[in-house]
Amino acid sequence: MPIIKQKDYKTWKKFDRKRDLQNWLCWFLGTLIFSFCFGLISSKTIWFYVFDSHNEALDLLGRMFPPETNYFLTLIKPIWDTLNIATIGTTIGTLIAIPLAFLSANNTTPSKKFLRPLALFCIVSSRSINSVIWALLLVAVVGPGVLAGIIAIGLRSIGFCGKLLYEAIEEIDENQIEAIEATGANKAQIMTFGIVPQILPAFTSISIYRWDINIREATVVGLVGAGGIGIELDAQIGDLAWAKVSVILLAIVVAVVFSEWITAKIRKAII
Amino acid sequence: MNDKKVIWKRKPLIKNRLLRIGLILLISTYLLSVFLTTEIDWQRILEGIPRGKNFIFAFFPPDFITRSDEILAGIFESLWMTIVATIVGILISIPVSLGAAKNIAPKFVYFLSRGVITLSRSFQEVILAIFFVKLMGFGPFAGMVTLSLSTIGFFAKLLSEDIEDINKSQAEAIKSTGSSWFQWVNYGVQPQVMPRFIGLSLYRLDINFRESAVIGIVGGGGIGSTLNTAFDRYEFETAAAVLIVIISIVMIVEYTSSHLRKLIK
Repeated sequence: MPIIKQKDYKTWKKFDRKRDLQNWLCWFLGTLIFSFCFGLISSKTIWFYVFDSHNEALDLLGRMFPPETNYFLTLIKPIWDTLNIATIGTTIGTLIAIPLAFLSANNTTPSKKFLRPLALFCIVSSRSINSVIWALLLVAVVGPGVLAGIIAIGLRSIGFCGKLLYEAIEEIDENQIEAIEATGANKAQIMTFGIVPQILPAFTSISIYRWDINIREATVVGLVGAGGIGIELDAQIGDLAWAKVSVILLAIVVAVVFSEWITAKIRKAII
Repeated sequence: MNDKKVIWKRKPLIKNRLLRIGLILLISTYLLSVFLTTEIDWQRILEGIPRGKNFIFAFFPPDFITRSDEILAGIFESLWMTIVATIVGILISIPVSLGAAKNIAPKFVYFLSRGVITLSRSFQEVILAIFFVKLMGFGPFAGMVTLSLSTIGFFAKLLSEDIEDINKSQAEAIKSTGSSWFQWVNYGVQPQVMPRFIGLSLYRLDINFRESAVIGIVGGGGIGSTLNTAFDRYEFETAAAVLIVIISIVMIVEYTSSHLRKLIK
């Protein structure tokens, strides 16, 4: 932080000249990249539609209100399905993630050369494919319905939970393991008494966190046919029944806020 | 000497016995009711197994060549979309996150900003994309708007939490020099949250790319459109190629972003 002398008085500046120039250059490059990308997007956009979108939005809102409230009763089953997809999917995902996490953590993996890369590969590929794409694939295999949704959510959760869990395993306190080892415990005992208690808090908060995310994801897997409220949403948008669509959206907001409230409660109870 | 054996038992996870049994009962009734209310068509699954096999075999070998132009175009479109959306989203998030920090904003602004965040977080990107595609027409612009808006919910929420955690004395020191509100934020708050800010931006860039692969399925442009077209044409070899490309780019982006985040820390 230099102090610059200007004739007879001193002023303070946050950065010296060199740093200022660097910052300016970064901003310049950033703006350049941004305008370049935006130009490319703009060339593929029909601006007439974009500029007309507020009229379209007003029109849509007009059709959405008033919501058809008694339609809510038919939504109860899809909402229940959505909750189940999220809950069962998360359970399956975390259960599979546990062994994978142990295989891929540096300090617990049985073979660094073969099993660890394999487990890491499973985790990464599960993470990089979105649940909707998983659902798209699974609907073709097991048919449309809740099951496809559950498996899709489960498969996507494996990567997320596995990654966070193996990072938690790698950060455990080695002294505690050593203490258990010193009692003459075998490998399985070290696992249950040395490692598991240390990662249990992380494990619960990871699975709750994932559950919260999965409620959101479960609302959309239905759009490709994998059960839950998404199917209903897709059908009503297809029918242009906007008064029903607004009820569905409202239901989704309520479900998401509810799940957020529950996760906050559980987290408070655990910590 | 007494001959009573001392046996150590691990403490149960939940101390209250009633609560423990209650929880187990609750979970089992839940599982049972799920099992009873979920229709699973085993017939269809049995039929699906050979179909699934064909499907998976159709993926091999992946075909990068026939539609290479479309795959490349899709990827670049996704990249442009991701970059623009992340920047726009962050620019909008900054005022929102300042508003959503309890220690900076007045009550009214706080609740307003929190409302914006909750609303943006409630709807999954795909649902938002459906509406923006309807409002603005097919193509990357709708996708970009979707991604920018969902960036707000993520970015503003996490950044505002960081702003709430700042060191108060530093901010107060700036205030005591008689700084204006803007100077106070710029010199007292901004330097403290900058590391987190950069980390979050990189993380969001990574997420946005991943999401751009799905909003294409509902018409939001990018690599998702290419994937959807491939599925619609039953060109599973091309679809496999697209999936492989998505996975590898996500890996590269994730690796670089986590590496950069570590460097900044």
